[in-house]
Amino acid sequence: MEASFSGTGRLPAAFLTPGSSSFLDFLASHQPELLPGRRDLPAGVQPLEAPHGTTIVAATYDGGVVLAGDRRATMGNIIAQRDIEKVFPADEYSAVGIAGAAGLAVEMVRLFQLELEHYEKIEGTSLSLEGKANRLTTMIRGNLGMAMQGLAVVPMFAGYDLEQGKGRIFTYDVTGGRSEETGFATVGSGSLFAKGSLKKLYRSDLTAEGAATVVIQALYDAADDDSATGGPDLTRRIFPIVSVISEEGFRRLADSEVGELAEAVLGHRLEQPDGPQAPLL
Amino acid sequence: MSTPFYVSPQQAMADRAEYARKGIARGRSVVVLTYADGIVFVAENTSRALHKVSEIYDRIAFAAVGRYNEFENLRIGGVRYADLRGYSYDRADVNARGLANVYAQTLGTIFSSTGEKPYEVELIVAEVGKNPGDDQIYRLTPDGSVVDEHGSVAVGGNAESIASYLDQRHEEGLSLPEALKLAVDSLARDPNGGAARAMTPDQLEVAVLDRGRWQQRKFKRLLGTQLARLLEGDASAAVDDEAAPAAGEEAAPDAE
Repeated sequence: MEASFSGTGRLPAAFLTPGSSSFLDFLASHQPELLPGRRDLPAGVQPLEAPHGTTIVAATYDGGVVLAGDRRATMGNIIAQRDIEKVFPADEYSAVGIAGAAGLAVEMVRLFQLELEHYEKIEGTSLSLEGKANRLTTMIRGNLGMAMQGLAVVPMFAGYDLEQGKGRIFTYDVTGGRSEETGFATVGSGSLFAKGSLKKLYRSDLTAEGAATVVIQALYDAADDDSATGGPDLTRRIFPIVSVISEEGFRRLADSEVGELAEAVLGHRLEQPDGPQAPLL
Repeated sequence: MSTPFYVSPQQAMADRAEYARKGIARGRSVVVLTYADGIVFVAENTSRALHKVSEIYDRIAFAAVGRYNEFENLRIGGVRYADLRGYSYDRADVNARGLANVYAQTLGTIFSSTGEKPYEVELIVAEVGKNPGDDQIYRLTPDGSVVDEHGSVAVGGNAESIASYLDQRHEEGLSLPEALKLAVDSLARDPNGGAARAMTPDQLEVAVLDRGRWQQRKFKRLLGTQLARLLEGDASAAVDDEAAPAAGEEAAPDAE
């Protein structure tokens, strides 16, 4: 970065050019090498073994949305990290959870957070929830080259829409295709199992605490059948990250709160290992 | 072809300084002062859309007087500089001194380049520290000089008389309502010794860098009823209305 200030030390013209409120656009024109997806990979090389993050789940409730993720990162058959964080606040009223190549994903989240903050500072107002979701699309699309080399990043975006007064969930595919989900959504290697679980447990009249319990149940079911998803770790006190976004903004539940909910879930699983049973009809 | 007149460099620079000074003196003033919990920015500004005081980064804010399009450009440049630096290194590596330096270089180069007209702006860059002793306030003039200010500073029309008024009365450890009252009094004063003007909250743009905020970003605008209550001296209005994320048991979300 210092190289760009060579010469007089004054701000280069790109800094003082009015027009764009996007940090991403500024970076693309001024220092494109800093963008996560803009790295040239040698062609024809086998995909890298890099840590991958796994399961993210989200569920809306009456008055907001809950976004949660397990804590495991895997590299092939190895557990690369058992306490990785994959759910982050994007800004005051939204959060992003990531599955896929962990290193790239964390950098993408940093850039996404900055993109929203930058817009807010330049414009004096924040983007609409749709606007934020679309910015994320652009970023995933920028990573397509890496995705084709096996380093895909697939995020999930959830936020509280202040205009509509409800929580909303957006999922993406590797090409940046965006779709809004109703009720609940899952992404990552354990997503099939988590989705099956959510189908049976989710209902639309949940409270925030109920929604938090539902996502912990879903993550438990994912960990039960997917080796790349980590369950609650009672010995090390490592629990899923659960964030709640409502009219009051983003809040990450304290470890003690998630611990209590996870222990309650585990307590019931001691009697019924497959979890709560839905009625047949 | 006519021969250009010879103008001595001293005269050329003096003319440019005079030009910039006149442009700045036309505008209303901004004052910035430290108080016990941070730094307060008070501008006389009736516009709700065009700000004279803005956030740059976590602990850094910007205030300016003079030509709007010029200082707005510098503000955007500052935000881009700070965000790029924080992204390339770390959020902790963005500081007011570095930003003031970049602004000084930018203003200085423009001032002494014959192809450009000098900017008619005066800037303040302030950073709130972890302790009152770490607060920093820099004032930048159109020729690119940086002045390290302590306690209080004023820029704009009547800046000198406002600054001397503030210097005599400002002390460390003021509460927010006290600091605000002092700032408003200094702006409302008539420099010719006449009766002070009455200032309503609508005429003021007020923001703080509050080191007590739990958020990473310490900048906050004071608006509407909160500002009115503070101006009346109600110290309880200084308390942040946004609740901190409660830790532990009491934080259970809407427990049934």
